[in-house]
Amino acid sequence: MAKLDAKIPQGPIAQKWTNYKAHQKLVNPSNKRKLDIIVVGTGLAGASAAASFGEMGFNVKVFTIQDSPRRAHSIAAQGGINAAKNYPNDGDSVYRLFYDTVKGGDYRAREANVYRLAEVSNSIIDQCVAQGVPFAREYGGLLDNRSFGGAQVSRTFYAKGQTGQQLLLGAYQALMRQVELKTVKLYTRNEMVNIVMVDGKARGIISRDLVTGKTQRHFGHAVVLATGGYGNTFFLSTNAMGSNGSAALQAYKKGAMFANPCFAQIHPTCIPVHGEFQSKLTLMSESLRNDGRIWVPKKKEDAEAIRAGKLKPTQIAEEDRDYYLERRYPAFGNLVPRDVASRAAKERCDAGYGVGNTGLAVYLDFKESIERLGEDTIRARYGNLFQMYEKIVDDNPYDTPMMIYPAIHYTMGGIWVDYELQTSVPGLFCAGEANFSDHGANRLGASALMQGLADGYFVLPYTIQNYLADDIRTPRMSGDEKEFVEAEKESQDRLNKLLSIKGQRSVDSIHKELGLIMWDFVGMARNKEGLQNAIEKIRAVKKEFWSNVRIPGSNDGMNIELEKANRLADFIEIGELMALDALNREESCGGHFREEHQTEEGEALRHDDQYAYVSCWEYKGEDQEPEMHKEELKYEEIQLVQRNYK
Amino acid sequence: MEKTLNLTLKVWKQNGPREKGRFETYKVSNISVDSSFLEMMDILNEQLINEGKEPVAFDHDCREGICGMCSLYINGRPHGPDDDITTCQLHMRKFKDGETIIIEPWRSAGFPVIKDLIVDRTAFDKIIAAGGYVSVNTGGVPDANALPIPKPDADEAMDAASCIGCGACVAACKNGSAMLFVSAKVSQLALLPQGRVEAARRAKNMVARMDELGFGNCTNTGACEVECPKGISLSNISRLNREFLTAKIKD
Repeated sequence: MAKLDAKIPQGPIAQKWTNYKAHQKLVNPSNKRKLDIIVVGTGLAGASAAASFGEMGFNVKVFTIQDSPRRAHSIAAQGGINAAKNYPNDGDSVYRLFYDTVKGGDYRAREANVYRLAEVSNSIIDQCVAQGVPFAREYGGLLDNRSFGGAQVSRTFYAKGQTGQQLLLGAYQALMRQVELKTVKLYTRNEMVNIVMVDGKARGIISRDLVTGKTQRHFGHAVVLATGGYGNTFFLSTNAMGSNGSAALQAYKKGAMFANPCFAQIHPTCIPVHGEFQSKLTLMSESLRNDGRIWVPKKKEDAEAIRAGKLKPTQIAEEDRDYYLERRYPAFGNLVPRDVASRAAKERCDAGYGVGNTGLAVYLDFKESIERLGEDTIRARYGNLFQMYEKIVDDNPYDTPMMIYPAIHYTMGGIWVDYELQTSVPGLFCAGEANFSDHGANRLGASALMQGLADGYFVLPYTIQNYLADDIRTPRMSGDEKEFVEAEKESQDRLNKLLSIKGQRSVDSIHKELGLIMWDFVGMARNKEGLQNAIEKIRAVKKEFWSNVRIPGSNDGMNIELEKANRLADFIEIGELMALDALNREESCGGHFREEHQTEEGEALRHDDQYAYVSCWEYKGEDQEPEMHKEELKYEEIQLVQRNYK
Repeated sequence: MEKTLNLTLKVWKQNGPREKGRFETYKVSNISVDSSFLEMMDILNEQLINEGKEPVAFDHDCREGICGMCSLYINGRPHGPDDDITTCQLHMRKFKDGETIIIEPWRSAGFPVIKDLIVDRTAFDKIIAAGGYVSVNTGGVPDANALPIPKPDADEAMDAASCIGCGACVAACKNGSAMLFVSAKVSQLALLPQGRVEAARRAKNMVARMDELGFGNCTNTGACEVECPKGISLSNISRLNREFLTAKIKD
């Protein structure tokens, strides 16, 4: 197959997107009405794309597994959204945002895509303000900014600690406006279970109504997947309970390549795990690192006393505290990128300095900033986050430092797309976290919201026309064609097969088993032996699942266990793909840390001569090893250097 | 030693919108006080599956209090016996050992039951579709800083905008009114110059849609504000009434 053409436009980097737009094909208004676009997912990327397509005059069908598009997990993003506005006059520019994003991603992202992302970032802020998104403002009435990890400028726009919510509601409202105008048809509590291929092109999907259990065939001239990441492969993550990788995996099975599956982000500031009954992990926004200082005790005996409950953190004298990020990375301090901060926390805990009753936690302390700025200012900045922490942990973070530990948060890997966000399957596009394109091996804070909305508002509305312009004479299909009927039958067969297993174990018990394997061997630190071991274990879990899962009830009507089982079947395969990819990548970069490849100081050691490529996995059939293809990454603008946050 | 609870649960079970519902009684034991309410429900479901029974269906997703998906009526209160939180943020330390907990779905004409504890809240989407937006298309908008907005207005708009659309206000209201939900969106947009342009049209259309969908009238009992997990203020309802009246007078 090996036909991975990234279709990067010619010309200097700052001109590529302008040149593309100047020469791409367009669809005239009367033809737009004759073209159908299916959008799967209603998070930032899906909702913004569907709303924009509707405004342009296309016929849009949009699908969400939730009861409303407003529930998508983009809503949980707390901290903010980056843009190169340079309103604070602190030296920001499109180029610097581009540079920081490529560097933050540890030089494993495609330059042209990242530059375009930085270029459209400013339009996103304009658009959201016009929609009535209530961003934080200064007393003069202009927009306020704050800093995030991996940047030395303040370029993050925010709406309290609920930026994702406000941006998603903006996109959701724009979408509902189109639903009212009947350019968009909305399907809620509907899950895409298959992609329909006709003559080598994506021409529709099979959906399953989660209330009635019935499947339905839908035609589209093009299909856009905006279904988020696959972090829930780990069972415990900061993702919502329903977030899943199934649409991406179905695309993979129809020929879309899965790129860099091993690049998963472990977020440094989450509330630590506290028991085996735990269902999910809660993130504490990275914005807290603006004012909070991270530390563990300097002396092992103090850490031991804290773990035993004999000592409180407030009793540890200033000189006995190890502010290890400030010590190791004086230039960026507590605002180093997420992968660096996570590994540093793990290093301290593994060395025996961890706190909390498990020893798997570090402190995030606001004492100094409360003294400097006053409790009221801290409350105004982070009040809702402090309240959330207190409700969960039953401890007041204004008095005692918060306890935090890293957790799986985001997946940089995903479906491979070219410059137009088209996958290796013609007519199948992929946007937002579901694609792999912009964050390389590590995503910077406040860049997920930027990418989701960039893809949906400002990239796909252009690039999809370039594809659809050749389709203006393709008539709509009825959905009764054999390809549709076969795809529907394939999905129903799988659901019936799951129901017929009638084994002994619940879906969750098997998912937890998978999650532990992932965390132990494919988590924050990986090595060859562990990964080989993990692949064996994941294959055993797959066997156990397909022979011993128990799903009560039937396929007629709502069956939540069946939904979960259908997604777990895909998580198991994604888990194996992650381990295979991690095993192949004999270097450390960003969120991917191979213990065999580190500097003397324990920093990630890249091997640019061998691994400056995107690993793209092609599905070869059930129980067959996938084939890996390489998209070589050519850096024309930015010189590859070892990341340095010291 | 970790504290644990043994509990009796009376849970509403209902197969579909037109089926008759009933309470089922279940026992759960050794529930850690540090687990969340929904983790306790997960433990119950794991137990039911292991006994070969059908689990209890309930809505939930983000489990951090922001998506608005979770929706239980616990011991007679939407989102249970704690203030300013959603059900997913409720922790078992709020309950006593040996307690009987009654768990029901939202009960309101506007939200029919789909199954067990899951209700249909698509009426809220329909209300938003009637006008809960600024009518701008993608592209062609002015620079974000072209129009200064006084900080107090922006902050007040943000407070109104923090509504998560869970429906607790409707469930708490004896009339099943959606006024707090509608007023939060009308207020957010009326407070900002971007939304001011269509303020009158928006208030009229959203209220008309709300009435069509079978929600009751507001009689100012204030129950909605008390139970709102995000502290959306009743003052939004006053603002909606002003916007609505001004719009009607102009007609």
